Amino acid sequence: MAAVRRSKPNPPTLLLLLVQLCFLSSSIATGNGSGYAINGRVKIPGFSDKGFGLPVKANNAKVILNGGQQVTFLKPDGYFSFHNVPAGTLLIEVDVIGYFFSPVRVDVSARNPGKVQAALTENRRGLNELVLEPLKDEQYYEIREPFNIMSIVKSPMGLMIGFMVVVVFLMPKLVENMDPEEIRKAQEEMRNQGVPSLANLMPRSG
Amino acid sequence: MDPKVIPNTPKHASSSQIPPPPFSLFIPTNNLIAMAMAIKLPLILLFFSSSLIPTFSLFEDQVGLMDWHQRYIGKVKHAVFHTQKAGRKRVVVSTEENVIASLDLRRGEIFWRHVLGANDVVDKIDIALGKYVITLSSEGSILRAWNLPDGQMVWESFLSGSKSSKALLTVPANLKVDLDSPIIVYSGACIHAISSIDGEYLWKKDFASEGSVDVHQLILPGGSDVVHAVGVTDSSQFDTYEIHIKNGGLLKHTSASFPGGIYGEILPISGDRFVVLDASRSVLVLITIENGQIHLEQTHISDLIHGSSGNTVILPSKLSGIFSLRTDNGIVFIKVTDEGKLNVMEKVDKTVVISDALPLSEGEQAFALVQHGDGKIELSVRLVHDMSSNHLKETVKMDHERGFVHKIFINNYVRTDRSHGFRALIVMEDHSLLLLQQGEIVWTRDDGLASVIDVATSELPVEKIGVSVAKVEHSLFEWLKGHMLKLKGTLMLATPDEVAAIQKIRLQSSEKSRMTRDHNGFRRLLILLTRAGKLYALHTGDGRVVWSTLLQSLRTTSQQCAGIKLHQWQVPHHHALDNNPSVLVVGRCGLSLTSPSALSIVDAYTGKELQNMGPVQHSTVQVISLPFRDSSEQQLHLLIDADKRAHLYPTTPEAAHIFQRESENVYWYSVESEAGILRGYGVKKSHSSDTPSEYCFETRNLWSVVFPSESEKIIGTVTRKPNEVVHTQAKVIADEDVMYKYISKNMLFVATVSPKASGPIGSATPDESVLVVYLVDTVTGRILHRMTHLGSQGPVHAVLSENWVVYHYFNLRAHRYGMSIIEIYDQSRAENKDILKLIVGKHNLTTPVSSYSRPEVTTKSQSYFFTHSVKAISVTSTAKGITSKHLLIGTIGDQVLALDKRFVDPRRSLNPTQADKEEGLLPLTDALPIIPQSYVTHSFKVEGLRGIETVPAKLESTSLVFAYGVDLFHTRIAPSRTYDSLTEDFNYALLLLTILALVVAIFVTWVLSERKDLQDKWSWPQTQLWLQSSSEQRLLNICSTPVNMFVNQNR
Repeated sequence: MAAVRRSKPNPPTLLLLLVQLCFLSSSIATGNGSGYAINGRVKIPGFSDKGFGLPVKANNAKVILNGGQQVTFLKPDGYFSFHNVPAGTLLIEVDVIGYFFSPVRVDVSARNPGKVQAALTENRRGLNELVLEPLKDEQYYEIREPFNIMSIVKSPMGLMIGFMVVVVFLMPKLVENMDPEEIRKAQEEMRNQGVPSLANLMPRSG
Repeated sequence: MDPKVIPNTPKHASSSQIPPPPFSLFIPTNNLIAMAMAIKLPLILLFFSSSLIPTFSLFEDQVGLMDWHQRYIGKVKHAVFHTQKAGRKRVVVSTEENVIASLDLRRGEIFWRHVLGANDVVDKIDIALGKYVITLSSEGSILRAWNLPDGQMVWESFLSGSKSSKALLTVPANLKVDLDSPIIVYSGACIHAISSIDGEYLWKKDFASEGSVDVHQLILPGGSDVVHAVGVTDSSQFDTYEIHIKNGGLLKHTSASFPGGIYGEILPISGDRFVVLDASRSVLVLITIENGQIHLEQTHISDLIHGSSGNTVILPSKLSGIFSLRTDNGIVFIKVTDEGKLNVMEKVDKTVVISDALPLSEGEQAFALVQHGDGKIELSVRLVHDMSSNHLKETVKMDHERGFVHKIFINNYVRTDRSHGFRALIVMEDHSLLLLQQGEIVWTRDDGLASVIDVATSELPVEKIGVSVAKVEHSLFEWLKGHMLKLKGTLMLATPDEVAAIQKIRLQSSEKSRMTRDHNGFRRLLILLTRAGKLYALHTGDGRVVWSTLLQSLRTTSQQCAGIKLHQWQVPHHHALDNNPSVLVVGRCGLSLTSPSALSIVDAYTGKELQNMGPVQHSTVQVISLPFRDSSEQQLHLLIDADKRAHLYPTTPEAAHIFQRESENVYWYSVESEAGILRGYGVKKSHSSDTPSEYCFETRNLWSVVFPSESEKIIGTVTRKPNEVVHTQAKVIADEDVMYKYISKNMLFVATVSPKASGPIGSATPDESVLVVYLVDTVTGRILHRMTHLGSQGPVHAVLSENWVVYHYFNLRAHRYGMSIIEIYDQSRAENKDILKLIVGKHNLTTPVSSYSRPEVTTKSQSYFFTHSVKAISVTSTAKGITSKHLLIGTIGDQVLALDKRFVDPRRSLNPTQADKEEGLLPLTDALPIIPQSYVTHSFKVEGLRGIETVPAKLESTSLVFAYGVDLFHTRIAPSRTYDSLTEDFNYALLLLTILALVVAIFVTWVLSERKDLQDKWSWPQTQLWLQSSSEQRLLNICSTPVNMFVNQNR
């Protein structure tokens, strides 16, 4: 995108701003004695780069410096800026409901003003310019699965019915098809093992 | 103790899915017969299906089922109406909670709202070009424009000044878009001009070079290109400036000295007249600018009003040609004639509140007065030019509990008969906002709830026995109908109308909002103390206000009283059952810690003030709820004043007796953050002669812990919730070993940082910042554990529960937030493993846990990274403490995240052994996972989050969660899921249907078997033949099968 943001410099404070804006598109820190300014941009994918490109739910987007020291909001094109920021290593967090943003570590250098280093703290990825994009969407709700026959079958009551069906209809067939020798063997084996299975507890007939 | 830093664990793929809890199920491998398999299969399926779902999650259609969310804005400071155009009429407000909001003028709902940062206080708001809301904030250094329809920020301008000064904002009044008159702002001792279309910075005029002028008023006469600025230099010289609007050039500067000095603000009367008070507050100075010259004219107030004293103030209401003066006796309207004479027009009562003047059509202006009567308010609108009569007079009934009117804003509309109608927005003493129109309250907003200070809960009354049969029948029918509808819904057979009906039934279940106690303890009253000194009781079921009381004890004195604490006073359980439960409100009258306190006891069911102990003599620094009760089940409280004396409440001989008996065991501590000292105190047994009453006790200092001020500064302390229940003291770990938790109610967590690192992030390098945390016993002052985090700093948010503490801090080396856990175990009981010893009785399990003994303790700790900044941290609490716990973390995004305590377990290791896995230990990861489904606030935000309160429900699995800030949010969560009750979703109709189907199946099979039986009997000879022809073996075979059992028996 690299659209140069023509910020309007307040004569003394932001005099340097315009100079640096020419070669760095959006991650800029300038200032005089009182502090520096940080400009950046929040980009939410799926929405156009130009114009009023922010979705409705990004209307309440906030950009937070150092855990609440300063809070700012996004312009329609997604740009934001902090003013009067002291030099040092700062932390910028973006808060948009529905998206997960990694906090960004921003180093504002006092020696050579205008030099800014930014890195995502979650994955330690460096940023060339302060363009912040969500790492992932956040889905706050479980998705309710549409009705299917399996969910009924899997439910405790479904399993109960299934078990009944198996016992009543399948079991006789199963035993019928088995070799009588094998059944006797199995029963014998079980008696020897003494495994307390349900089959042993059932009242025997005959 | 070794300093511990975050372990440098290799990066793990942090999976967002919680691994299934291990289950040891015997899976048969040999050739067992099919029956055994058939039993185990569903069990296995059941386990699988239940273990993969995250522990807290919600379906989208469950929103509002057990949670509610209320949005507020706070006490309104400024209001601007926007009613010119046809279409949606709105009012834009800014509040003391730093909120700017656009409200629907018809219903009072919020169209949009923005909560600015905590230090970004809104100074002024206005509407520019008819489409932008302009806000000036942060002492006039940030100017923002918001799109009026949707609240999107359009532009933002930073105004830098040379020194701090007051902030003034002037927006050109004309509505023509093509005429680009700039917005003029005075802030930081400079006048700035900013284009209202795009926020472009046009020019700046610095007054710092002009000498120390303090500008009081900016005036932008309509149609001219000149800005007038009126100010004062060193409070002894009036200055006026005329500045060109296009380029900021200074056109004219006049000044006149006034040696008497001035008090307060200069108030404009008209374009060239101003009025101000002199320093003695007894002389009115009328300033007239004529032909570039300043004329000063002084009038003694005593000449105008007889018998007035020195406490005179000019009210800031801007009424052209008139100003209002508040004296001790009342408010006086004074008219300034064309010749510069001052005429007293009218005197009104002191409590009257006056609005700004509102321009009407024909150059007329109107303003409103509100007078408070008994149970009503009188609103009168007057025309500035015709003060003699009321243009409009309305009497509106007003709830006593709203107090006095604090502010009024008026707006007019043209009626069908072309006369003017007025609507008035009033802000009341309890911070609520009301719109009055045609003598009626159109809507109200309880915005006092945006500033909750403290929270308590109360049970609801027990249900009266006796329910009519008709009601039961009706409800049963309704109940069945509802469940049939639900069943239809699950089977996807419902029409859209029915789906809507299902949702409605679920949301408006009358069960949850009834005013009686329920079995599960979900229905409670949340009692909230607000900054306005009002007490609200909210029903946890639907969040409605059950009652509200403006506390009289906080209103009686002239000083600013504010509530500070809320405590349970009486919770009748056994004895005083006919009494209602009550709460104790402790307030402070004045700003300093030594100001006298105000106490009142409020009935939790009705909101009536039972006892009102006005301003009592002593101050209150600390309130201690003692674990003793008197015969009427009133909780004993100790109030510690600034002189470290303890005052006992209730002031009854019985309470004093109980306290005397137990006073040897009463200890408390104080934290002096500034000095870096912890002190422990006890009560002196003997009464000394200089204590004022028998309920006042002298205290003695028992111990102190002094932190070296050059290296450590206290930034946070946390203690256990006094009412927390711990189920078991022992913790069984994998290899059948037992660890004993060190559980003490007197444990205090203290966090200190090096003084350099006490500033914001980035102000200190990692090398110079050290975070030290302590666990201190508050009875003996013994330091149980000390741990150092090198390269870390605050802010620290912590929660202490059972035998562990979890705290959140900033790790400067990794430049991420960190979270650590310390678990503390009692080593002296570790030998109690030998069963033989237990039988013989050689164990110390029966010795009471006491702070006097010095048990050996060991600790385990571990640290993790956490992504977000944290505003508040809390933990779930359940009735018996059996259910596992969740941490509730209020993030910087104003959401509340439920984090399973299993993730912060110091016994997590990189490669868990088989035994660890069986125990449910998770493999160690370097960061704590953030699972979006486990946000308890789901897609809501609790704007301006300040605290999270948890209350146990009666149902062991469930905990009620209440989060407050500018918004309020309540829900209930089950950390281990509702293992002790069926979920709301449970479909009773499906269960009934299944049972029905089974019964039908039994009958069908019975009939079938009967028939088969009969058939068999008829065909008996054939069977015999067949039997003979086959082998004996086969017969046996058939007989042993269950179906043919009937045949066998009947034969």
